[in-house]
Amino acid sequence: MSQDIYVIIEHLRGQIADISYVLCAAARQMAAASGGNVVGLLLGHNVKDLAQDVAVDRVLAVDDPLLANFVPDVYQQVLANLISASAPRAVLFGDTSIGAELAGALSVQLGLPLVSYCRNVRADDGRLTYVSQLCGGKVMVEGELPAPTALVAMVPGGYQAEQGKSTQPPPVETVAPPALAAGRITLKQYIEPESGDVDISKEAILVSVGRGIQNADNIELVRELAEAIGGVVSASRPVVDQGWLPTTRLVGKSGKRVKPRLYLALGISGAPEHAEAITDSQTIIAVNTDASAPIFDIARYGTTLDLLDLVPVLTEKVRQAKQ
Amino acid sequence: MATTTVSQSSTTFSQSFYASLHEIAGGEKVRTCLQCGTCNGVCPYGYLMDYPPGKMVAALRAQRFERVTEADTVWMCVSCYACSEVCPVRIPLTAGLMTRAKEELLLAGNIPSELQVALENTQRYGNPLGESPRKRADWAKGVKPRVPIMSEERRPVDVLWFVGDYGSYHPRVQPVSRALANVLNALHVDFGILGAEEVSDGDSQRLAGERGLFEMLAAKNERALSQYEFKEIITGDPHAYNAFKNEYPKLGIVYPVRHYTEFLAERLDALKSLFKGEVNARVTYHDPCYLGRANDVFEAPRQLLSAIPGVELVEMPHNRTTSLCCGGGGGGMWMDGFHWEKAHTRLSEWRVREAMQVGADILAVACPYEAPRFEDATKVVPGASRLIVKDIAELLAEAMGD
Amino acid sequence: MHIVVPVKLVPDLVEELVIDPSGTTLDPDTLRLQLNEFDGHAIEQAILLKERGGGQVTVMAPDVEGVDDVLYTAAAKGADRLIKLCGNFGQSVNNHAMACAVANLIKPLQPDLVLTGVQSHSDLDGSMGPLLAAYLGFPYVGYIAGVTLSDGRAVVRKEYPGGLVAEMEVVLPAVLGIQAADQPPRYVAFTRIRQAMKTASIEEQTVEGLDVSGGPTVSRMYKPEAAARATMIEGKPDEVASRLVELFRELGVL
Ligand SMILES: Cc1cc2nc3c(=O)[nH]c(=O)nc-3n(C[C@H](O)[C@H](O)[C@H](O)COP(=O)(O)OP(=O)(O)OC[C@H]3O[C@@H](n4cnc5c(N)ncnc54)[C@H](O)[C@@H]3O)c2cc1C
Ligand code: SF4
Ligand code: SF4
Repeated sequence: MSQDIYVIIEHLRGQIADISYVLCAAARQMAAASGGNVVGLLLGHNVKDLAQDVAVDRVLAVDDPLLANFVPDVYQQVLANLISASAPRAVLFGDTSIGAELAGALSVQLGLPLVSYCRNVRADDGRLTYVSQLCGGKVMVEGELPAPTALVAMVPGGYQAEQGKSTQPPPVETVAPPALAAGRITLKQYIEPESGDVDISKEAILVSVGRGIQNADNIELVRELAEAIGGVVSASRPVVDQGWLPTTRLVGKSGKRVKPRLYLALGISGAPEHAEAITDSQTIIAVNTDASAPIFDIARYGTTLDLLDLVPVLTEKVRQAKQ
Repeated sequence: MATTTVSQSSTTFSQSFYASLHEIAGGEKVRTCLQCGTCNGVCPYGYLMDYPPGKMVAALRAQRFERVTEADTVWMCVSCYACSEVCPVRIPLTAGLMTRAKEELLLAGNIPSELQVALENTQRYGNPLGESPRKRADWAKGVKPRVPIMSEERRPVDVLWFVGDYGSYHPRVQPVSRALANVLNALHVDFGILGAEEVSDGDSQRLAGERGLFEMLAAKNERALSQYEFKEIITGDPHAYNAFKNEYPKLGIVYPVRHYTEFLAERLDALKSLFKGEVNARVTYHDPCYLGRANDVFEAPRQLLSAIPGVELVEMPHNRTTSLCCGGGGGGMWMDGFHWEKAHTRLSEWRVREAMQVGADILAVACPYEAPRFEDATKVVPGASRLIVKDIAELLAEAMGD
Repeated sequence: MHIVVPVKLVPDLVEELVIDPSGTTLDPDTLRLQLNEFDGHAIEQAILLKERGGGQVTVMAPDVEGVDDVLYTAAAKGADRLIKLCGNFGQSVNNHAMACAVANLIKPLQPDLVLTGVQSHSDLDGSMGPLLAAYLGFPYVGYIAGVTLSDGRAVVRKEYPGGLVAEMEVVLPAVLGIQAADQPPRYVAFTRIRQAMKTASIEEQTVEGLDVSGGPTVSRMYKPEAAARATMIEGKPDEVASRLVELFRELGVL
């Protein structure tokens, strides 16, 4: 048994997933309270140089051709060995299409408690308390993080990815995998997302434009902003009706319900047919010259600046911030 | 009453469908169709339908009805009664032929996704907007004197006000309900509402092909209503009015019902004495399909408007029986995207353009679908942003200094 | 092909959620339950597979308020067998306990495939699918949008964030966590549901030995504060933009 915090470093096709940094940020805070180290678990093939910027004390890399791609049952066997051998205080997974199923399977296999939808872990005088969001974030629950070892599946929002990054590459220790055999699940191929169009109901960042944009040419400004912050452009109905954006980008009663982490509403009044479809967004920020526009009733933050004045400046600042 | 089609091997789909029309009042008249095509021509979306009413009759006669249910353009029908109004042999085209056809499409699973959401919401929450049934009376918060809710009052009232879905929940129409409550209060009308016990009247769902759902809703409303004593029902929703007046009685649910405009027109003198200010405006009135064409209430709304000091009432070219549909009927309210995809125009815009042509300052309405639809259209029609859309109840309340 | 779909009813978020005076659960009197959205997709996927390749679909759900409607609707869509799981299901019953008990009921049915919704918004101790699979000893793949079956195997499309899809092959019997059925769940006319109420029957099976020990305990449940109206950011474009960038950072989107 140890007080270490293990972090499953998720990666997909040679890229560390953003959630991994969130996990590292949480783990650092937890380890400070528990008095252990943060250990990153990296499973894959030829991956030991992948984890250059994760903020962990050390990385345990398990390298094997069978681990080259995520296959649930094979990954599960490797992790089961690592976790049961060292019994850390907690193992953090992303609550994602990789982490969620590993955490569930391991929880039953190893008989360890699992906490899902976890947003934060708080340290109160050395005791760790999980804080999870249920009901799509409408209620929060908290309780003592089960001991001695807890599996935790984390959602983004509680930590900034920045806090989980480091400029110092961590020491990497390569461990030999147990004798691995292909299981009952095999990866056949990857299929690239269709270049057709995005599904706005699944996007994490939406930069949405309304009639306040005034003409088709101005859409370009918004597209640049969306690109800078890594989001996608969506719209209210008048913009789509005019043919300035395809119907697939329509938010609202006649279009799609969306639930992004950030919904940036530019020149959208917040009519009922539009508003009803954005209420599941985590944060709405509205830009609208009319201080009495109903969009401000559902937005968390707002500004009454002219969007045409604000957007180019904002794009520039976002670009700078990303450098 | 036809609910499902029994397809027997010996009869074709066309035959069984044809036979089912005979179970509708006047349905047998379909035999007498002259193929004059007037219905196809008057239909606001006829030019986009593979089978507007006349062509549908022809397809039936040719034993080709499968083709009708394979196309999705039957969903362009907004149940506006324009075709029924002009048919020289009075075939029940809207409530009969077109609605039966939609029932078949629905059973076959050929249904636009937006409509599906509205129908699922209605099944689950008792309203197409998917709002909490418990919040059905929330619109009345802050109205003084308080709007009485029957389950709390436990006493007979003169008037049971059936508020309807949009009047209860839609943010643009809730103020209309509050205005009407204020008018009723000012007139000292003894009224009550069902609150959380009320569910959708179901009429638009019926016209969108969901007859079973309509019957379920009717039964629920009846269960609530039958607990209380009142003399009559009034409603601001012409669709609910149509249900109570023409459809619920077929299910054995019989109550006297009036649209609020009829109820208030009877109290013109009392109303006039309450007016404090003037509404100085050129006002034009849009006849809702289910108040006008479908139920012949044309004068009461006009009497109310003319009684308001300062109002100059002007008529649009299409008025009374030739009124233009706002596009919201028969499920149109829940197929906005679908209709736009096919038409790339909205019927509400056409209406707003007419209101502009006659130089109106205010477009007065008397149906809860219309304020949201027309207000939305004023944003699109060039130069129409100065046109104000108001329900008659709002104008009355305003003139009373509300 | 026998497909079993164990579904779950979860709090309906259209209703205002009220916290119980105990401060650790939702108030049972105001709670309204609804079929977990993803479970609706699992039912649809099962019926699509049956329509394509034949077989039998069994839908099971715990006996809570609204369960009959859920089961009859599934029958109207094409489910063959309906099972109501009877027992004492308070809010304290966690997914581990439920999955373990349900696995014991599923085993004798000898399914080829078990489909569940990939998650529900109330899964504090993990979603049903992986737990169920572990108790059954079946393989599990989740986040699936697309299933085809051929000789003892399922080929599934697993979605990763960003839209990348991994096509995986799974040996049956298996549990799959469905994120989206091949087609959106169909609409069933109310008359069809009414018919199902008359013709379909619901079997009752008792669930025993719900062991909730070992899972996370809740010491406090609360609602996050909701701001009544937007906090307005004043200033020149330059100042507002800087503040927005800070906000983006705090929200973790930059
Ligand atoms: C049945 C039905 C279904 C509908 N379905 C949908 C739907 O699915 N989606 C949808 O979006 N709508 C839908 N609508 C339309 C909806 O009612 C509104 O008309 C629409 O959402 C308004 O879009 P908007 O906010 O872009 O435009 P407006 O309401 O015109 O608002 C534009 C806003 O931009 C602001 N603005 C103007 N210039 C600037 C500037 N330079 N800088 C900053 N702000 C500025 C203005 O103050 C104003 O608030 C539907 C309507 C109906 C009746
Ligand atoms: S009711 Fe109206 S929309 Fe429907 S077919 Fe007749 S004219 Fe056309
Ligand atoms: S208007 Fe009447 S008679 Fe003429 S084609 Fe249409 S249905 Fe037939």
